[in-house]
Amino acid sequence: MAETTDLSKGLPSHPEKATLEGKNKFLGFWVFLAGETTMFATFFGTYLGLRNGTGSGPEAADIFSLPLVFIMTMILLTSSLTSVFAMFAMKKNQFKKMKIWMWVTVALGTAFLGFEIYEFVEYVHYGLGFTTSAFASSFYALVGLHGAHVLFGLCWISLLLIRYNKSGITLTNAPKFYVASLYWHFIDVVWIFIFTVVYLMGIGG
Amino acid sequence: MVREATNTLQKSVLWDWLTTVDHKKLAVLYLISGTLFFLKAGLMAVFMRIQLMFPMNDFLSGQTFNEFITMHGTIMLFLAATPLLFAFMNYIVPLQIGARDVAFPFVNALGFWLFFFGGILVSLSWFFGGAPDAGWTSYVPLASRDYGGLGIDFYVLGLQVSGIGTLVSGINFIVTIINMRAPGMTMMRMPLFCWTTLVTSILIVFAFTPLAAGLALLMLDRMFDGMFFIPGEGGNVVIWQHIFWIFGHPEVYILVLPAFGMISEIIPTFSKKRLFGYTAMVFATLIIGFLGFMVWMHHMFTVGIGPIANSVFAIATMIIGIPTGIKIFNWLFTMWGGKLTFNTAMLCASSFVPTFVLGGVTGVMLAMAPVDHLYHDTYFVVAHFHYIILGGIVLGLIGATFYWYPKMFGHKLNETLGKIMFWMFYVGFHLTFFVQHILGLIGMPRRVYTYLEGQGMDTMNMISTIGAFVMSAAIILLVINVVYSAMKSPREGGDPWDGRTLEWATPTPVPEYNFAQTPQVRSLDPLFYEKIHGDGTMKPAEPIGDIHMPNGSIYPFTISLGLFFAGFGFIMLNMENAIISPWIVIAVGGIITFGSMALHSVKEDHGYHISKETVEQMEKEVGTNG
Repeated sequence: MAETTDLSKGLPSHPEKATLEGKNKFLGFWVFLAGETTMFATFFGTYLGLRNGTGSGPEAADIFSLPLVFIMTMILLTSSLTSVFAMFAMKKNQFKKMKIWMWVTVALGTAFLGFEIYEFVEYVHYGLGFTTSAFASSFYALVGLHGAHVLFGLCWISLLLIRYNKSGITLTNAPKFYVASLYWHFIDVVWIFIFTVVYLMGIGG
Repeated sequence: MVREATNTLQKSVLWDWLTTVDHKKLAVLYLISGTLFFLKAGLMAVFMRIQLMFPMNDFLSGQTFNEFITMHGTIMLFLAATPLLFAFMNYIVPLQIGARDVAFPFVNALGFWLFFFGGILVSLSWFFGGAPDAGWTSYVPLASRDYGGLGIDFYVLGLQVSGIGTLVSGINFIVTIINMRAPGMTMMRMPLFCWTTLVTSILIVFAFTPLAAGLALLMLDRMFDGMFFIPGEGGNVVIWQHIFWIFGHPEVYILVLPAFGMISEIIPTFSKKRLFGYTAMVFATLIIGFLGFMVWMHHMFTVGIGPIANSVFAIATMIIGIPTGIKIFNWLFTMWGGKLTFNTAMLCASSFVPTFVLGGVTGVMLAMAPVDHLYHDTYFVVAHFHYIILGGIVLGLIGATFYWYPKMFGHKLNETLGKIMFWMFYVGFHLTFFVQHILGLIGMPRRVYTYLEGQGMDTMNMISTIGAFVMSAAIILLVINVVYSAMKSPREGGDPWDGRTLEWATPTPVPEYNFAQTPQVRSLDPLFYEKIHGDGTMKPAEPIGDIHMPNGSIYPFTISLGLFFAGFGFIMLNMENAIISPWIVIAVGGIITFGSMALHSVKEDHGYHISKETVEQMEKEVGTNG
């Protein structure tokens, strides 16, 4: 379909939704995110139900460290912003700029993931293993699921960037970059809830 | 047989079916595999009824009986009813909205293969020390690592894989119905079957994801020593019940809404009237879909959640009776004053109405929380949900099979055999399940493999088993009918029933591009409108030209195969003395799955075009055939 669209006047203003295929991907991905939201909601619900079930292991307030979580939050929020810049560049057909912002997003995401692994290793040192208590299991399941999403997003965006390194923005790859950035925002929004429900409530209430 | 476009002809038959992304072929695959799973689970039901024929019978051991109840329920809901409904949704919905295919043909194929391999994974449990035995609800602690055997692992991983398939198929249907409608096909002109498919798909998106989460938790508990459901370490077993029923109750509506849609297609066609109260039907469907998520706790009245929660959920449950009642009356009023034709499809559709009302009445009885303490876990519940599932979903499915068979396979099913089959099924069904209401009320518990004599249960159990035999004979007759009709029935044209909706505007067999020219829709029941106000054919909305088609792909098959290996690897973690390290199997599966996904993502596949000349030639052949 990409070949048949008239591109003589440059890309249309919304290249991600210019073809029927793009429109389908756009809508389908939103529906997919609705399903993801429900899945995360179930994990959140489980965590809220089990967060006081610490058994003989450490409690949330004993181990959580807000400065570290603050840095992680800032990194992830910034990475969401850089992916927005990339999408702005895509709509203006500035391919090089888009690539740079996307790579920055990947770099920030990798930094976030590194901090998360460091965090988990620290908790294990404090005696909070996955099997320590119901609280530990539900914490690692929820935050680990988010971490797995971050990892998948990093692989996906990197693959797209490498695959389309020299192709420029086309009506075929614009929807792909667009839904990848939607996915990245979604990961970011989930983290905001994790920050509130897991860390702030863990320390404050 | 209509000549297919050259790309399809170049492939061997096997390779074509493994790689197909055509919604019509996938529908046939769903139909065949769904039927096989249906027969398998039906056979288990017959065995259970034989066991319960006499008091203290020893035909099956208690353990085997437990495995049979679990597999019967699991297979019937996930691996028989769901794919059978998906078969018709896949075949009919794109035709009814005037589309050439679904929105994501690749994802459609992926959905089928994931369901298929998930089903195989669950079924493999028989060969590795026994099937799951904790009931289809798999409640913990019965299903926890301390008490549940290896079978539960097959249940968890198999349903996880097939559940992903159902989920992606649901997403695909939503986007198809919203984005791919023909010009003039507004939402409020869509056939009701498309509406119910849309609402069902929305329910799938919001119900199968909690199931995926719940199964993941159970897997973490069983294989990685998680503590979610271990009360001694702060865990909570009731969380599983909540998660399961947040999925499980909408699942009932996921299955019954498409059946409602089928009934709403069959009754107008054979009453020669438009559906009474179309708008009310649409809104009733939406309300049922919404309320389906608000009632899960009525499965847990006896857990002890508290009187306020129980009251709220009891009332919400009873409210569902209102939109369902609207539907019942609309079907009756559609038939009222119509020119009725009672063939097999119509017999199923019209008998659906009173049978479903019976199931609904017992449903409202069960919704009354205080009395539910008496019914809970008795045969009354079994009778109730079989009236909904057999009297609702299966009657709808058999009706739809007779109704759409000529469109899918080019000939009708034999009507004489069909009518005999219907009456045997109908009588056998009521014989089996009506007495189970009374058995439940006098206190026979469900899921127990035997009972003592002299408790007033002997005769009714015998009647119930005889009914099950009659019902099985009816199903065998249906299979015979399929074979018989394939040999004896005359070929049919595109519109054998004098249909009302767009699928009957296509030639039979349907060419792989469905419509040579996208039709222009002018009304609800578009084909019937053209028959009355036009010349009986759809007017095209575009000139004839090249048609863009998606290429087939083997990746849906390999992605699903990879997940099958990975799932089996996780199960091996709980096997004693596995032959190779489970982690190798998991890694191989993961590489196959993610590798295929990456390859599919990297390879830009723009499909191919069927040239204008080929299209014209194919249309001409269809004209001479049909």
